[in-house]
Amino acid sequence: MTIPKNPVEGADPDIDRGIISPSERSRLSVRLGLLVLSILVIGTLALVAAGPILWLAKSAVSTTQDILREPFAWWPSGIQWDNLVQAWNGIDVGRALANTVLIALGNWFFGLLVALTGGYALAILRPRYARVLTAMVLATLFIPSIVSLVSLYLTVIDVPLIHANLIDTFWSVWLPSAATAFNVLLVKNFFEGLPKEVFEAARVDGANALDVFWRIVLPMSKPIIGVVSLLTLVSAWKEFLWPLLVLPSAGVQPLSVVLYKAANTAETAVLIAGMFISVIIPLLLFLVFQKQFLRSAGQAGAIKG
Amino acid sequence: MTNRPTTATRRRRGPAHALVRWYRGGGAGNLLFTLPLLVIFALFSWWPISRSLVLSFQHTNLVTPATWVGFDNFARVFADPLLPTAAWNTLWFTILAVLIGFPVPILLAVFIGELRRTRGLASVLVYIPVIIPPVVAVLLWKQIFDPSPNGLLNTVLGWVGIGPLPWLQSAAMAMPSIVVQATWAGFGTTTIIYLAALMSAPPELYEAAELDGAGIAKRAWHITLPHLRTVILLMLILQVIGTFQVFTEPFVMTGGGPNNSTLTVLMLIFRYAFVIGDYGKATALSLLLALLLSVLSAVYLWATRKWNRT
Repeated sequence: MTIPKNPVEGADPDIDRGIISPSERSRLSVRLGLLVLSILVIGTLALVAAGPILWLAKSAVSTTQDILREPFAWWPSGIQWDNLVQAWNGIDVGRALANTVLIALGNWFFGLLVALTGGYALAILRPRYARVLTAMVLATLFIPSIVSLVSLYLTVIDVPLIHANLIDTFWSVWLPSAATAFNVLLVKNFFEGLPKEVFEAARVDGANALDVFWRIVLPMSKPIIGVVSLLTLVSAWKEFLWPLLVLPSAGVQPLSVVLYKAANTAETAVLIAGMFISVIIPLLLFLVFQKQFLRSAGQAGAIKG
Repeated sequence: MTNRPTTATRRRRGPAHALVRWYRGGGAGNLLFTLPLLVIFALFSWWPISRSLVLSFQHTNLVTPATWVGFDNFARVFADPLLPTAAWNTLWFTILAVLIGFPVPILLAVFIGELRRTRGLASVLVYIPVIIPPVVAVLLWKQIFDPSPNGLLNTVLGWVGIGPLPWLQSAAMAMPSIVVQATWAGFGTTTIIYLAALMSAPPELYEAAELDGAGIAKRAWHITLPHLRTVILLMLILQVIGTFQVFTEPFVMTGGGPNNSTLTVLMLIFRYAFVIGDYGKATALSLLLALLLSVLSAVYLWATRKWNRT
């Protein structure tokens, strides 16, 4: 499987043609039409997609009175930087942010560990039981996750064999999230596309399975590691229902759960300041790594096929 | 009796020998690399899935040992007067989500695909809502749907003389309002996927059509849309599978109200399991929902195969 080109980076202008041809583009009517289309699309998107976020940023430093009475006015009662401080300490957004980061990093680590070692075993080492395992992993892709919501909860309360209760520990989020068939199959497909001769030559030279994995496979896998990392981190940041179930103590809850709980108790301005804090990190990361984000989004569509 | 020791020794040597051969052949290394996947999937995927089948035929309260009750859980699910409400609400959400949210990304992707200098900017803008964590997005839209005349949306509508509207406070308007929010949160992903598919449309087709005298609109209708056909079908099925499991949006936005008008099937499962503690009933309902989704998944799989072949 190949990584498709980023749909956003314009290709060679001679090849990169859509419905409208280059010769038509030189016509005045088409150029005017495209200019209007461009302004309309960008304008609408800026208003609809970015508008609410800008309003969130503005309201994060407004008084509750201003937010509720004059939502479109620019700080009639002055800028309230104190909202951010109150959100950080008062509704514990600071600790929730740290928890979210820890959960995301753990999901990322265990997700990559399982996907990379598993993908390597299934695609390159291929022991006799590999086919059965692949089928069993593939099967879970087609079983809706709702089937096991309740029984997964009961499993986490009392893990089979070791009889541990993972409730209120990050393990209860990290470990179940690593059982993502999609990531394993994504990596497996990628590994199957790597040139086999390289591994075989290394094995003949006396390299063992670990050497091949560490020195040859991993350095060749940067693109797929990037895609899986991004998918894992983004989905970890978005998780809500599962952390709500398995992390009942306020001290370990991520932003999504803390903000949900604060929605009924906190003052509006403080809640909105907390929401803004929880948005700003993913938003900045997206703006910096937009190409990677958009490529992995297109990738997710291509691979689901 | 006399040959008993020899078989015993052969037996003892046999497996040991096989073990050594397996080890020298790299079997231990293979197993070592398979282990993380094996342990994680066994504990947190295969075991819970199989246990669901068992749980749905049992009464469990985690204190006394589970008892087998046959189809009692399923019978109690069907006897719940809230089930038709939740099922209809979920279907209503799906219908509205398809009507409101489905055509937008297709049109948008076709438009953005024709832009040159602003395509990058448009893609970034499209994807911004996807980056916002769902709970924050829902809480933000709860502010937008503020029913007072000074609410965000009501202020805007007030400029053109409409409203104020009750949005989430009315049983008739709550679900459509939630769908608008869910569409806002989700259209970016689909648009980017369509855009990626559009970029793979062969330029020769457009050139040929142009030589045949087909105008811009004709080319869009006869080449672009047919090229997207299979992706459109896949996105439709994926969207339906997703909307059947809708939870966060109604849960955070309205909690199922007003008057259960936004109670969905997944919220009902959540209530059974984590409010009442009736795990058997919850599992029975989730199996029923999953059965429905599996049919959709099968269609999806079939469509993907077809797509990959073309």
